[in-house]
Amino acid sequence: MNNLIDIMQLSTEEIQQLIDTALDIIDKPDKYADSCKRKKLATLFFEPSTRTRLSFEAAMYELGGNVLGFSEAKSSSASKGESVSDTVRAVSCYADIIAMRHPKEGAPLVASRAASVPVINAGDGGHYHPTQTLADLLTIYREKGTFNNLTVGLCGDLQFGRTVHSLISAMSRYKGVKFVLISPEELKVPRYIITDVIEANGIEYKEVTSLEDSIPELDVLYMTRVQKERFVNEAEYQRLKDTYILDTDKLRDARADMIVMHPLPRVNEISVSVDDDPRACYFKQVLNGKYMRMALILKLLEVTV
Amino acid sequence: MIIGQIKDGIVLDHITAGKGVEIFEILHLDKLNCTVAMINRAESTKMGQKDIIKIDQVMDIDLDILGYIDPGITVNYIKNGELAKREHLTLPSTVKGILKCKNPRCITSTEQELPQEFKLTDADRKIYRCVYCDTEIK
Repeated sequence: MNNLIDIMQLSTEEIQQLIDTALDIIDKPDKYADSCKRKKLATLFFEPSTRTRLSFEAAMYELGGNVLGFSEAKSSSASKGESVSDTVRAVSCYADIIAMRHPKEGAPLVASRAASVPVINAGDGGHYHPTQTLADLLTIYREKGTFNNLTVGLCGDLQFGRTVHSLISAMSRYKGVKFVLISPEELKVPRYIITDVIEANGIEYKEVTSLEDSIPELDVLYMTRVQKERFVNEAEYQRLKDTYILDTDKLRDARADMIVMHPLPRVNEISVSVDDDPRACYFKQVLNGKYMRMALILKLLEVTV
Repeated sequence: MIIGQIKDGIVLDHITAGKGVEIFEILHLDKLNCTVAMINRAESTKMGQKDIIKIDQVMDIDLDILGYIDPGITVNYIKNGELAKREHLTLPSTVKGILKCKNPRCITSTEQELPQEFKLTDADRKIYRCVYCDTEIK
């Protein structure tokens, strides 16, 4: 495997290896400080994403490597009409590995077929975002110590949230996992995720609308933002955007060891007052994302430390 | 109605009744410089009715495309007036060239020279998805 386009390309064993590497990086950062010396990461961001781009850049710098790239399409040759394939063929001459974000779904796959260096999908429209899922998985592993026998609540926009679909797919491979899918009727998990992933793996699940009723049974609560950019109708967005707001009142009924996750950015679906609760893990997720990206870069560059 | 035997060629048998025209067009049989017979709604003990296409010439046929359109087709290769080989089709694992992804967010919507490619994700329900964006083809 020389690319990462979809989280499901990674077996559970490979995910565990990445987690083990990330944990070793956390434990012994100096050991990895020069592991990618003289290697270059190209961050090709055809649409803006501050967090993910900075995470990749920080990851490469902490491995002793260098970074080049662009952060929006208008500063690349795409604005002149260049194809994704031509762009990455050229960039392959300069860089050892590519992280690409693109508004069009499938663009990183096209890139991986044309590039002569590894390509990482850093998000392609509403499709895949595998390194966010890696961040989510490391967070769950560090906080809960296992993926097995967890009851995972996913709350908010479950229809358009790509991180939700990827996390469901990745978690469906572990034993005893249960999903509680909390959303308004209009934003339920797409039917094909239910049939092709959840039911196909024999996973127990339920679809509910009440966060308050569900919260006591959860080990993990994964909140999501209702994404304005996915709505054609502004009134529909306004009606649904405040459906679920997690605050300290609702957290009172949650288990003491439940964790609250969110792929960020949040708008108002998690009250700022929750940030100080020890169960709030969303900023830990950000940090874990950097460690998993470091582990992934090492794996794809076939660097052993 | 009598349609003569062919000497060297191909007979596409057990075509779902009514699909013969679609297959005729997709295989561009109108471009061949030989006799092509299309039989619509022939009686069939197995299927009730079926279409049959007889091509009086040996040619390369894309069995993947044929399998996608109508996996029940039997392809009979005729040599010297006798059946030389018979192939039963199955749903192909990938389909290239005849379908187009309709997702406006797919990379193929802007980079139109990319090959259109679809993968079989559920054989029981005959579901194909775009390899780029995973959109189901309807």
